[in-house]
Amino acid sequence: MVRLNINGREQEVDVDSETPLLWVLRDTLGLTGTKYGCGIAQCGACTVHLEGNAVRSCMLAAGAVEGKKIVTIEGLSPDGSHPVQRAWLEAEVPQCGYCQIGMMMAAAALLRGRPKPSDAEIDEAITNICRCGTYIRIREAIHLAASKA
Amino acid sequence: MTHISSPAFSRRFFLVSSAAAGGGLMLGLALPGLAGAAEGEGGAAGAKVNNWIIIQPDNTIIIRIARSEMGQGSFTALPMLVCEELECDWSKVKGEYASATENLDNSFGSMATGGSRAIRESQEMLRKAGASAREMLLAAAAQKWGVPRSELKAENSVITHIPTGRTMTYGEIAEAAAKLPPPAEVTLKDPKDWKLVGKAQPRFDIADKVMGRPVYGIDVRIPGMLYAALAQCPVFGGTLASYDEAKIATMPGFRQVVPMGDAVAVVADSFWQAHQALATLPIVWNEGANAKLDDDAIWAMLREGLAANDALVAEKSGDAKAALAGAAKVVEAEYRAPFLAHATMEPMNCTAQVAGGKVEVWAPSQNAEATLAVAAKAAGVDRKQVEVHITMLGGGFGRRGAVQDFVRQAVVIAKAAGKPVKLLWSREEDMRHDFYRPVSMAKFSAGLDAAGMPVSWMARVTGQSILAALRPEAIKNGLDRNFLEGIAEIPYEFPNFFVDYAMRNTPVPVGFWRSVNNSQNAFYKESFLDEVAHAGGRDPYELRRALLKNHPKQLAVLDAAAKQAGWGTPLPQGVFRGIAYHDSYGSLVCGVAELSVSDKGVIKLHRIVCALDSGYVVNPDTVVTQVEGAIVYGLTAALYDKITIRNGRVEQSNFDDYPMLRLKAMPKIDVVQVPSGGFWGGVGEVGLPPVAPAICNALFAATGKRIRSLPLSDHGFTTA
Repeated sequence: MVRLNINGREQEVDVDSETPLLWVLRDTLGLTGTKYGCGIAQCGACTVHLEGNAVRSCMLAAGAVEGKKIVTIEGLSPDGSHPVQRAWLEAEVPQCGYCQIGMMMAAAALLRGRPKPSDAEIDEAITNICRCGTYIRIREAIHLAASKA
Repeated sequence: MTHISSPAFSRRFFLVSSAAAGGGLMLGLALPGLAGAAEGEGGAAGAKVNNWIIIQPDNTIIIRIARSEMGQGSFTALPMLVCEELECDWSKVKGEYASATENLDNSFGSMATGGSRAIRESQEMLRKAGASAREMLLAAAAQKWGVPRSELKAENSVITHIPTGRTMTYGEIAEAAAKLPPPAEVTLKDPKDWKLVGKAQPRFDIADKVMGRPVYGIDVRIPGMLYAALAQCPVFGGTLASYDEAKIATMPGFRQVVPMGDAVAVVADSFWQAHQALATLPIVWNEGANAKLDDDAIWAMLREGLAANDALVAEKSGDAKAALAGAAKVVEAEYRAPFLAHATMEPMNCTAQVAGGKVEVWAPSQNAEATLAVAAKAAGVDRKQVEVHITMLGGGFGRRGAVQDFVRQAVVIAKAAGKPVKLLWSREEDMRHDFYRPVSMAKFSAGLDAAGMPVSWMARVTGQSILAALRPEAIKNGLDRNFLEGIAEIPYEFPNFFVDYAMRNTPVPVGFWRSVNNSQNAFYKESFLDEVAHAGGRDPYELRRALLKNHPKQLAVLDAAAKQAGWGTPLPQGVFRGIAYHDSYGSLVCGVAELSVSDKGVIKLHRIVCALDSGYVVNPDTVVTQVEGAIVYGLTAALYDKITIRNGRVEQSNFDDYPMLRLKAMPKIDVVQVPSGGFWGGVGEVGLPPVAPAICNALFAATGKRIRSLPLSDHGFTTA
């Protein structure tokens, strides 16, 4: 049993405490917005917020995040109204969309700490992989979200 | 939680979950952004005016889509073509996948989504379907009102009787229209009269994607579903010898082991449990004949192919050999390009259920028909007993089309398990068991006259044929025309021209990778042409202009790229340009790269310009994003990646040793569209081929070093 606080809700989850948070979210809790891409914290498709910071959930044991506040894309906003989501929609960022959840979670965490990030700060913070090649619009949408916040 | 439970339910398995704050995943019945279509036997409720078009009483128009959405905008662009002729209200259009089972009679045409073909190959059929339905609606309205058809007009889903101003909506007359015979012939609009096609429309799938709602293959959940992890023999062609199930039998969640000839799957209650049990399972492989295969042997075979006597002539004009012998100057060079993996962000996966002689599969597939055929064969049932649900795809790039190994495996595992099973490959399996872009090499000889103009152009290409492995029936007279794409038939006019080809196949599985052989052939041809330009003392852009002088459309694209890039104008100190021109998939394309490079070999990409003429354009913003995406795919390949073989197996395994371009290294991209109309060119792949040669030509300008093999990381170059 692991006690997790996900999207504002405390819950007991019947998993081995060594299970990576990613698989608890996806398979045990059905929160499939968070994606698997590499399993070695390289690609960022599994990015969630842990106490407001962007973390890669594929190598994070569930037992290690007990009692900490976890937010997934399903909890970022109830209706897609987070400035990052609105900016992503306006700039039509996603192509296949698979990596974009992690991208948006990383961007939302960046903007919490840096409400008006420079290009250089975006470069340093957004290290997720997009295979469709949407990087130009990701940068544009982060600036757009910064202007909306 | 709402469940998918039966084939009848899920004809329009759609792709949106409502995994809100807690609980399960709800699977509903419409395409992204298109929730709420009522269901009924044989498709949505409403009047089926023809195969492609269903009109509901509230004027909702459901347009069937036979090609997969993988981020390239098919769900939006294909309905636009129908809507243009149907004269319907675009704001009330919804898309819905055609069923592969329904298409066993080929009434929807090909469902293959590759080769930049979705629009090119279906535009006429779709526009005619729209026009035909429009005429049926008008004929039904004329009958109902008792007036001549000529007094009616159709616009925005409303039919108006011009003399009286009476109106009726499509929804009101659709049922009557559906009973009429389709017109024998229809006249399509003159493209200058298009109202929707050619005007940027927001994509249907974006709103759900920013919510994390689409159901990708990996997200499918079926009641009672188990999870499978897979290990395939690491050596190509090897087989499973034995495994020791007792060692994992008591692990948490373990259900069973499913042996499969060249692979073994572990089934468990969750993916992580399956993955852990598989990692613990002792497995012995028969490595077979390829156990010692390595890159040295592969490249030796290709080098032999460059000199071999068994090459077949692919293209010739004039007498290139004689012209070469008489040339004032001869330039020669050899080029090569490695195996490459597709590395879709969503690893291979498929969910399957085999019960009561029926098979149901949920797959992120680029080809629903191929999925259906593979599933039927794997389960040993008639194709009519299979239902395929195309989920959202987390990238395709050619990996999920012709080869459906993940579908075959999922069906075999589900059949053995007697329950629905979701098979998911690890990233490592995905990287090591791809169908790779094939290895190839090219050897060029060019003869220049005293003025530096090429009078003879000879190329020998050699390497592995995709068609030989996947579609041998498509090889004509020993030639794999795919292999020769963009190197045998090219728009440049050389007075004497000769290309021949020696097929050299390796045991490594190969497949269609974004832009297929255009990706290597453009690198070879355009890099060598740059060598010829420099050897002849000619400007690389001006030389291309001279070679294309009789091709006004190509010239216009070349000039558009050069103009946007400011070719010939000064650049900031340390910044250099390279140019490359390459037609593919019916489109005309030119790229210009601008970069600087430090004395330690750190490349900074400043800008990529890409000009293209794709003939007619359906959704212009999608063209921009497809070109941008193809450029990034090409940059990653040119800069960083190769798949290498040692002891019969792939050495790379994940994004740490097969890196991807990231935001920090991303250049500015200028896409310049110069659509001239009159033809339908593809756009999904065409931005890629010019990338590697444009960069390498710019690097030559910067450093004087000529790059003749990829990736650039092999030559000591990195990015910041």
